[in-house]
Amino acid sequence: MVEFLQFTLSGVVFGMIYAAVALSLVLIWRGTRLLNYAQGGMAMFTTFVAIEVIYRTGSYWAGFVVALVAGMVLGAVCQLTIIRPTLNKPPLNAVIVTIGLLTLLEGLAGIFFGGQYRSFPAAFSVTGLKIGGTALGVSHFDVFVVVAVLATTLALAAMFRYTSAGLRMRAAAFNATIARLSGIRVARVLTVGWALAGLLGALAGVLVSPSTFLYPSSMDAIFVYGFTAAVIGGLDSPVGAVIGGLLLGLALSYAGGYLHSGANLVPLVALGILVLVLMVRPDGLFSATQVRRV
Amino acid sequence: MQTFPRRLAVAVVTAAIVWFLSVRLTTFRDYQIAEVAIEVTAVAGLTVLTGLSGQISLGNGAFMAIGGYTTALLLLHLNWPFIAALVASAAVTAVAGGIVGVAAARLRGPYLAGATLMLGVALPALASAYQGIFGGDQGLNVVFTTPAFLGANFPLTRWQAWVSTVVALVTLVLLANLCYSRIGRNWRAVRDDEIAAALDGVNVAVTRVLAFVVSAVSAGLAGSLLAIVTSLVAPGAFTITLSIALLTAAVIGGLGSLPGALWGSLVIVLVPTYVTDVATSHGLSSSAGSNIPIVVYGVVLILVMLAFPQGIQGGLRRLLTLFTGPDPRARIPRDAPAHHVAPSADEAPASQHEKEGTS
Amino acid sequence: MSSDTAPALAVEELVAGYGGVIALDGVSISAGTAAITAVLGANGAGKTTLLRAVSGMIRPRRGRILLGGTDQAGRSPEHMVRAGVAHVPEGQGVIPELTVEENLRIGMMSWARDRSRADRAAALDEAYQRFRPLADRRRKLAAALSGGERQMLVIARALLARPRVLLLDEPSLGLAPRVMAQVMDLVVRLSREQRITIVLVEQNARGALAIADHGVVLNLGRVVAAADAATLAADVALRHHYLGF
Repeated sequence: MVEFLQFTLSGVVFGMIYAAVALSLVLIWRGTRLLNYAQGGMAMFTTFVAIEVIYRTGSYWAGFVVALVAGMVLGAVCQLTIIRPTLNKPPLNAVIVTIGLLTLLEGLAGIFFGGQYRSFPAAFSVTGLKIGGTALGVSHFDVFVVVAVLATTLALAAMFRYTSAGLRMRAAAFNATIARLSGIRVARVLTVGWALAGLLGALAGVLVSPSTFLYPSSMDAIFVYGFTAAVIGGLDSPVGAVIGGLLLGLALSYAGGYLHSGANLVPLVALGILVLVLMVRPDGLFSATQVRRV
Repeated sequence: MQTFPRRLAVAVVTAAIVWFLSVRLTTFRDYQIAEVAIEVTAVAGLTVLTGLSGQISLGNGAFMAIGGYTTALLLLHLNWPFIAALVASAAVTAVAGGIVGVAAARLRGPYLAGATLMLGVALPALASAYQGIFGGDQGLNVVFTTPAFLGANFPLTRWQAWVSTVVALVTLVLLANLCYSRIGRNWRAVRDDEIAAALDGVNVAVTRVLAFVVSAVSAGLAGSLLAIVTSLVAPGAFTITLSIALLTAAVIGGLGSLPGALWGSLVIVLVPTYVTDVATSHGLSSSAGSNIPIVVYGVVLILVMLAFPQGIQGGLRRLLTLFTGPDPRARIPRDAPAHHVAPSADEAPASQHEKEGTS
Repeated sequence: MSSDTAPALAVEELVAGYGGVIALDGVSISAGTAAITAVLGANGAGKTTLLRAVSGMIRPRRGRILLGGTDQAGRSPEHMVRAGVAHVPEGQGVIPELTVEENLRIGMMSWARDRSRADRAAALDEAYQRFRPLADRRRKLAAALSGGERQMLVIARALLARPRVLLLDEPSLGLAPRVMAQVMDLVVRLSREQRITIVLVEQNARGALAIADHGVVLNLGRVVAAADAATLAADVALRHHYLGF
C-alpha cells in the first residue's frame, strides 16, 4: 500500500513534467499546425545556460529565471529565423527543419558546455517527506515541481482567457484569415506562441534535470513522453495535455515499479496506452474536431 | 522510370557502376557503399509510405530491427543460408507491417507520428528487456562470410557491398513497379482526397495497410542487411535516431521520389563522415571535434530544407527545366481549379495558414 | 480633379489569380464615396477574387488598387484594415469557438492598442446599441447563434474596425428571405448614415440592384457592364445572360 502511494506520487510529479512538455507542443500546434521536434533540445539548451549562470553567480534562482527568459528568447528567435520560411511549404519540411534544429542544439551544447553528464541542483530539499513514520516517496522539491507546473499552466490559461494578447492568439489559432482581416498581426502572434512554448520547455528542463542529470541528449526521452501525452490528450487541447501527462506519468510509474524488468518495458507500456486511446479516439481524448469518415 | 525494361536497364547500369567503384576504391568506401545501399532500401519504402500514401512514420527503425533480429536468429540458431533468412525476414516484417498498418488505419498526421514514434522507441527496448532470446543490450553477433566460389582472399567488405547493392536495386525496381501500377495510383488517390477515393471505389483501409506492409518489408530487408554488414544486432543499432534519420533522408531527397531516396541516403551517410574527417584533420579538441559534425549536419538539414522545399529531387527537376523549358505535361488548363500540388503527408487542415480556394 | 471627387476605392487593370489560373483578367472598377456598388456575375466570374485582392488576402499580379488616390496593391490584410478597408468574407465570418463579445473585440484589434479602455468600451456599447440581439447574447459562444445573428455579428465586427470601405461577400447567403431583407436594410443604412463606401458581391442580383447605386457585372474575370443600378436592372438581355433573372 505504501509502495502504491509512492508510485502514485512519483507518477504525479513526472506527469507534471510531461504535461509541461505536452503543453508547449500543444501551444505550437494550435498556433501553427506544426510539431516542434526540437522542443526537448531547446529545453536542454536553456537548462545548460541555467547551470552556467548558477555556477557563476552561486544563485539557483538567478539560473532559474535566466532559463525561463532564455527559453522565451530561443523560441522566438527560432520561429523568426528558420520556422517562418517554412510557411506555406509542404508540412513535413518544417518537421525536418525542427529535427535539424534539434541536432544543431545538441551539437552546440556539446561544444559550449561539454558532453559529460552534469548534475543539476534542485530548488528545494530532495529528502523524502514523511507522514508519521512512513516515507511518501516525494520531497519538497517534488511538491515544488507540481506547484510550479500547475501555477504556470493556470497563469497561461488566465492569459488566454482574459487578456487581449490571449484573445489575439486564440483568434489567430482558430481562424488566421479572420484574424488578419481584423488587423491582428498573425506573424507576431506566432512568434509569441513559440516564445511561450519555449518558456514551458525551459521550465520542464530545470524541473526534471535534477533527476535525470544534464547532457546533450538528456531531454530526448522526456520529449518523447511529452509528445505521447499531448497525442493522448488531443493536440488541440491544453486540458488534454495536462490530463494526458498525468495519466502517462502515473501509468509509467506503476509499470516501472511493478513489472519485472520494468525499466525496459516502460516504453512498451506507453505504446500500449497510446494505441488503446487512439483506437477509441483517433484524435486524442479531448480533441474537439470530429473527422468525417466515409 | 515509366516502363519496366527501362527500370531494369537503369538498375543494371547502376549495378555495373557500383561493381566498378567497389573494385577500385578502398575497403572503407566499400563499407560506405553498403551503408548507402542499406539506407536506400529502407528510405525507399518510407518515401513510398509517407510521400505516396500520405502516412507519416517515425518508427520504421522498428521494422529494421525486426528484420535484423529475424535474420540474426535464423543465421545463429538454424544456420540458414542468408538468402533464406532474407526472405524470412521479409515475411516476418510484412506481418508486422500489416499489424501496425491495421492499428494505425484510423490515425492521421501528428497522431500517426506520435504512435509510430513510440513504436520506434518501444520495440528496441523489448530486445533489452528479454535478454535470453535477444541478447539484451549486448545484442547478438552475426557471422557472415564470403562464399567459397569467390576465393579465399576476396575482401568481405566488397562482398557485403555487392549483396547490399543487389538487394537495394531489387527493392527499388519492385517499388517502382508498384508505384506505377494501379496500387500506386490508389495510394496517391487516398493521399490526396480520401473521401473522393472511397467514392471512386478504392478500399481506403486496404490501400493504407498495404503501404505500411510495403514500407515495413523494405525496412526489414534493410535491417537484414545491417545485420550482416555490421555483424551485430543490438538495441543500440535501432534507436529512434535511426527512424528519424530515415524520415530525414526521405524528405531531403524528395518525398515520394525513388531517386530522392538515393540522394537522401547519400546525405545522411556521407555528410556526417565528411565533416568528421574535416574536423579531425584540423586537429580540433575532442569535445569540439566530435560535436562539430553534429552541428554541421543540423545546419545542412535546415539549409537544404529551406533552399529546396521539394527536396533534392525537386531541386534537380527545377534546374532541369531551366535548361529544357517547362514540362508540357505539367501545364494546368486555364479552367481547372487550383489544387495544392505538393504531397501533404501531414493531413492537418491547413499547413500554417488557411488555404484559399477559387471564386 | 480634386481629391474630393476621387472615388473612395478604384481598381485599375487588376490581374489576379491562384497558381496557374487567372481569375481576374484586367478589371477596372470604381466605387463612389458613401455609395453602394454591387459586383455581380455568375460563379467563377472573379467577384470573390476581386474582394480578396482589395483587402490584401491575395496579392495581385498586375494593376493598381487606389484607396483615396493612393495605390495599395499588394499590401497585407493587416495594413489594409488600418488603411480603412474591412472585408467580410463569404461563408466564414464568425469564430464559433469564441463568444459574441470576443468576436466583437477582435474587430477592434486594429486600433484598440492606441486607445483607452473607455474608448474601447464605448465602441462596444455603440455596437450593442445598434445590434440589440447581440447585446442579449454577448456571453454566448458564436456557434450558438442563428444564421441571421451570425451575419449581424460579422457585420458588427467589421464596423468596429471603423472602416471607410466595407467589402461584403455574399452577406445574404444561406439566410431566410425575411432575414435577407433585414441585412440589406442594414447595408443601406450603413452607407447613408455612416457614409461608408460599400462594395457588395451578391449572387442575388435582383436584391442587390434594388439597394445599390451602381453596379458592375463580371464574367470570366472581365467587366462586361458597368452603370448605375437602375440602368442595369432595366437591361433585360443583360439580366438574362449574366444575372439569372
